[in-house]
Amino acid sequence: MAQLAASSKRVTTRFRAHSVLPGFNLALGFTLLYLSLIVLVPLSALFFKTATLGWGGFFDVLTNDRVLSSLRVTFLASLAAAVINAFFGLIVAWVLVRYTFPGKRIVDALVDLPFALPTAVAGITLATLYAPHGWIGQYFAAQGIKVAYTPLGIVVALTFIGLPFVVRTVQPVLEDVEAGVEEAAASLGAGRWDVFRRVIFPAIFPALLTGFSLAFARAIGEYGSVIFIAGNMPYISEISPLLIVAKLEQYDYAGATAIAVIMLLISFALLLGVNALQWWTSRRGVR
Amino acid sequence: MKFLKKSLLLGLLAALSNTAWSADVSILNASYDVSREFYKSYNPTFVKYWKQKTGDNLTINQSHGGSSKQARAVVDGLDADVVTMNQSIDVDVLADKQLIPANWAERLPNGSAPFSSTSVFLVRKGNPKGIKTWADLAKTGISAIIANPKTSGNGRYAYLAAWGSVIKQGGKPGEARELVSKIFANVPVLETGGRGATTTFVQREIGDVLVTFENEVGLIKQEYGADKFDLVYPPISIVADLPVSIVDKVVDKHGTRKVAEAYLQQLYTPEAQEIAAQFELRPRDVKIAKKYASTLPPLKLFTVAEVFGSLKQAQVEHFKDGGVFDQFYSKK
Repeated sequence: MAQLAASSKRVTTRFRAHSVLPGFNLALGFTLLYLSLIVLVPLSALFFKTATLGWGGFFDVLTNDRVLSSLRVTFLASLAAAVINAFFGLIVAWVLVRYTFPGKRIVDALVDLPFALPTAVAGITLATLYAPHGWIGQYFAAQGIKVAYTPLGIVVALTFIGLPFVVRTVQPVLEDVEAGVEEAAASLGAGRWDVFRRVIFPAIFPALLTGFSLAFARAIGEYGSVIFIAGNMPYISEISPLLIVAKLEQYDYAGATAIAVIMLLISFALLLGVNALQWWTSRRGVR
Repeated sequence: MKFLKKSLLLGLLAALSNTAWSADVSILNASYDVSREFYKSYNPTFVKYWKQKTGDNLTINQSHGGSSKQARAVVDGLDADVVTMNQSIDVDVLADKQLIPANWAERLPNGSAPFSSTSVFLVRKGNPKGIKTWADLAKTGISAIIANPKTSGNGRYAYLAAWGSVIKQGGKPGEARELVSKIFANVPVLETGGRGATTTFVQREIGDVLVTFENEVGLIKQEYGADKFDLVYPPISIVADLPVSIVDKVVDKHGTRKVAEAYLQQLYTPEAQEIAAQFELRPRDVKIAKKYASTLPPLKLFTVAEVFGSLKQAQVEHFKDGGVFDQFYSKK
């Protein structure tokens, strides 16, 4: 008993030790309350609704072919879009931080547009552009490549909505890496590639990873823009959020939440993995 | 001075409430997407009628969205006094949740559907592929645009019309199934809603034929010009009833039962039926139907009940997860 009290006291002191700033208890209480109201309560409602299905019902949803292929489409397309965004978003951030050119501010502002545009508008616009008779789509069609109404179209839409996440997370970190560091490395004899690989990349990698996972997570949940360009063919270009809507259309709330729960669990596992990777790389950086 | 202020205030109050003896009432009509134009025209006529009859100032608020989405919103607590849907299952669900009695369809004439629509074909100018019948849609080389029957009432009726066309011409369910599965094999894009299908066909120029509601065709011609497309009436099609109901739980709470009931009853008057006909909705009123026979020609039509029992039964058999429609699509 005494031991327990002692250990709990130690925990409190350890907690206290962190709070150099005043108001820790209040702030923590507020944070927990806020998170509960905004995130945990809706999420637990989701789990409760799914629980009405029972394990058997949940398992049926989980092992349904159609659901599985929609999950495959959703996660693969989101992954592809996030990878594309990580690569090109990094270049955009690089250009915006390291160079000055006329119209830079406008380009900088343009990056945020996918945030602001209603996703349905984005989807309709992209579908019009990439349709076989569209401005861009006709050139692809001439090469025998169909973009709109295929999984490729989904990747296009998801790339569009995910771009700002990478740019906006990498940009401030890149700004903090002073050009002087690069110059120092160069003067010590490092080639351009070495400077990037050994000096810059390790510094921005955690931010890039964050941007990547944000873009990825955003893409998984995306519905509005995708349905207009996907074609929504079962087993081919049908995304999981669409199946959720189809289930709601049948007033099958529990089935709909079951798919949502599956998506949430997979996303959570993936994001946890990304966080672990980030933690590992930052630790390695310290050593 | 004080007196002046007081009298000013009184005058102002009087001015604000010069209609104090006539109450201000408002009702909310939760409706589906493309009914917007019709109710925009109908509502002012009813407001006028209600003012004359009772002296009350009525405000009618409209809420539009996908039909089932609206039904779910009402179930979840959207305070709609009346619902005007595009398929009966979206009203049935309110009965299932005990917001309205189970016999809602018997409370007004024609199964509580003051007008209807039907599934027709829209083809490219001159009908280059010669599409005339439901069977033509199943031919190889034809590309047909139909909304996803699982998410869209429009697509659902197109599916049921094709199926029923076989049954009504003496075919067996197996033949109907084969025809409908062949038709959907020709559908390159499954849009989630009727309007999305329109965009795909009209703006993206995909497909040889669009199967959609007759009243949607009217809007397309108005919006994109009548010279680009031809309307083709299939030899036989389906009656798509557009049901309405008051929401008993809500009107009793608001005390708006009388006005809500009158609002729906007035939809059956010749004036309202004529407005409906102008928006290419098929009226129930025989005289009005005759008057608009040039734009809404008499067709060989069958009802959902004749072939499928009820829309609810059709839903369970065809559009539920794992139902007939899902069976068309196999894993690749």
